[in-house]
Amino acid sequence: MRLDFDTYREIADALVRNKSRSLLTGFGIFWGIFMLIFMLGGSKGVKEQLANNFDGFASNMIGLVSGTTEMPYEGFKKGRYWNLTTKDVDRLKSMLPELDEIVPEISAWGQDCSYEGHSQSSISMKGVTGGYTKIETPQLKYGRYINDADVINERKVCVIGRTIYESLFPEGGDPCGEMIRIGSIYFKVIGVDMASSNISINGSSRNSAVIPISVIQKLLNRGEVLDIILMTVKPGYNATQVEKKIRTLMAREHHFSPEDKPALYCVNAADMFKLIDNIFTGVDFMVWLIGLGTILAGAIGVSNIMMVTVRERTTEIGIRRAIGATPRDILSQIMMESVSLTVMAGTSGLVLTVLILEIIEKVSGTSFQINFWTALISLLLLSVLGVLSGLAPASRAMGIKPVDAMRDE
Amino acid sequence: MLLELKGINKTYDNGQPLHVLKGIDLSIDKGEFVSIMGASGSGKSTLLNILGILDNYDSGEYYIDGKLIRDLSESAAAGYRNRLIGFIFQSFNLIAFKTAVENVELPLYYQGVSRRRRHERAMELLDKFGLTQWANHYPNEMSGGQKQRVAIARALITDPTILLADEPTGALDSKTSEDVMKLFTQINREMGATIIIVTHESGVANCTDKIIHIKDGLIGRIEDNRQHRASMFGTNTIMK
Repeated sequence: MRLDFDTYREIADALVRNKSRSLLTGFGIFWGIFMLIFMLGGSKGVKEQLANNFDGFASNMIGLVSGTTEMPYEGFKKGRYWNLTTKDVDRLKSMLPELDEIVPEISAWGQDCSYEGHSQSSISMKGVTGGYTKIETPQLKYGRYINDADVINERKVCVIGRTIYESLFPEGGDPCGEMIRIGSIYFKVIGVDMASSNISINGSSRNSAVIPISVIQKLLNRGEVLDIILMTVKPGYNATQVEKKIRTLMAREHHFSPEDKPALYCVNAADMFKLIDNIFTGVDFMVWLIGLGTILAGAIGVSNIMMVTVRERTTEIGIRRAIGATPRDILSQIMMESVSLTVMAGTSGLVLTVLILEIIEKVSGTSFQINFWTALISLLLLSVLGVLSGLAPASRAMGIKPVDAMRDE
Repeated sequence: MLLELKGINKTYDNGQPLHVLKGIDLSIDKGEFVSIMGASGSGKSTLLNILGILDNYDSGEYYIDGKLIRDLSESAAAGYRNRLIGFIFQSFNLIAFKTAVENVELPLYYQGVSRRRRHERAMELLDKFGLTQWANHYPNEMSGGQKQRVAIARALITDPTILLADEPTGALDSKTSEDVMKLFTQINREMGATIIIVTHESGVANCTDKIIHIKDGLIGRIEDNRQHRASMFGTNTIMK
């Protein structure tokens, strides 16, 4: 097989001779690669957008909320409500070494806050301990987060979320040290958390003022009762197993059946992340299936048209054979035509899709672009498809004898 | 002897066996200008196909220049066709989407000759046949005679040992036919090419030096026609 200008010339001649046919045939491949790459990029972008929602959120978190029992147990009737308490935090700490950080939380919703004439209504006031940063990583623009000293000393300090900061301090600047009013109490601002994830644990961090848990306990007169206990599992432990142990422990302490699921609402982030991962594995599989299916349909189209072309060119091929073309010459010509058509159409599809994805990426700010290897693999795939779709027509063309050319006349 | 056929047999088997060539013995010397005449179905085209290595034969021996041509692989046959034989067809068989000069170049393309050299060679031949100004025209822009002259140029470009023509004047009028036959004669005399023409037109055959009559798959009469008096119709012109 010679690969020089003449070969290109022959191929170009053959493809250009029937422009609209080549164009329409190539469109099948073009569309296939467009579908595949565009859907791959789309799924990647959506996945990333979803991932942004969980940004800064511990993927090994378990959250506990008490519920109503639905089974009679140890002499108690069903339908009983019980509460998580600060004692549970100590219990979990001492009984389950698998747990890393354990953070109690109490929240008050629908609070109003104000500062020098600016105000913002229905914010969440979240009381936590310093360990909360392990659950949801704050992105502090100013100041610091709540620490254990604040909790022990019951300091009236708060870390405000992005929305609150923007409403109360529209001029910007460092608000640390300023006193803002939340509900009827004044708090000193010690930090600004700019995190923008959509995870909401009793209110999203954007719209929350975080204060020491000891302060909110007094404020709401809650005693030992907690809303939520959040914890992280040490690396190397299976979150589902740990969840089972927690359930057993809580059931024993609070007298409900360990089988009684509604009695203890348990959020396991690891399970959630796994679910999302599974969904996207499924989506990716579908994307490849549909994309490859479309490309394959295009390749079959190319093969079909090449068959017709070969039939049409029986005389021409016969003449070539008569004046000295070997079957190999003919084979390589038909193959090259099919590969060129496939690769050219595919590459233009690839380029167009990459451009479109680039524009979407610029507009949306999320990474929709496929990576280099995906592009390379799809190019390789196209070449293979080109060869495959050229096989049948080329073998037919090889079967043409020089005598056939003259018989056709 | 340049070409030597000994007891060539060929049977086509399309449902019902058809014994086309029944033992052809024939020798043609270098530089001869020969025509093969016969009615349709006499086997003259089959003989031409075998002579041109376009087709295999069942039994017998066929030598070109002392080389036995038998059971060749497709690519070996293609190589021999390319180097030894030049074909001229009744319907010209030029490739429609290539210009005259590109058509003439084509056999050299398959020999792997460089673009520049084969273009030079092709232009040389076209010039010789007075087709220089038609070099960049497509076959459908040319007359039958011009097309056949391009086809002859294409057949000659590889300097073949044998020139095989299958009814070269079949699609031409008598005036053009005469011109083409004159061209063949000129090629034979000046370039010393061995030319074999298959025809059923006695006027065409009359232009050649030797007329081989083929009948029912066997060689009949071989006429010495150096006087060009074989046909009473062909003395001055080609009857159409």
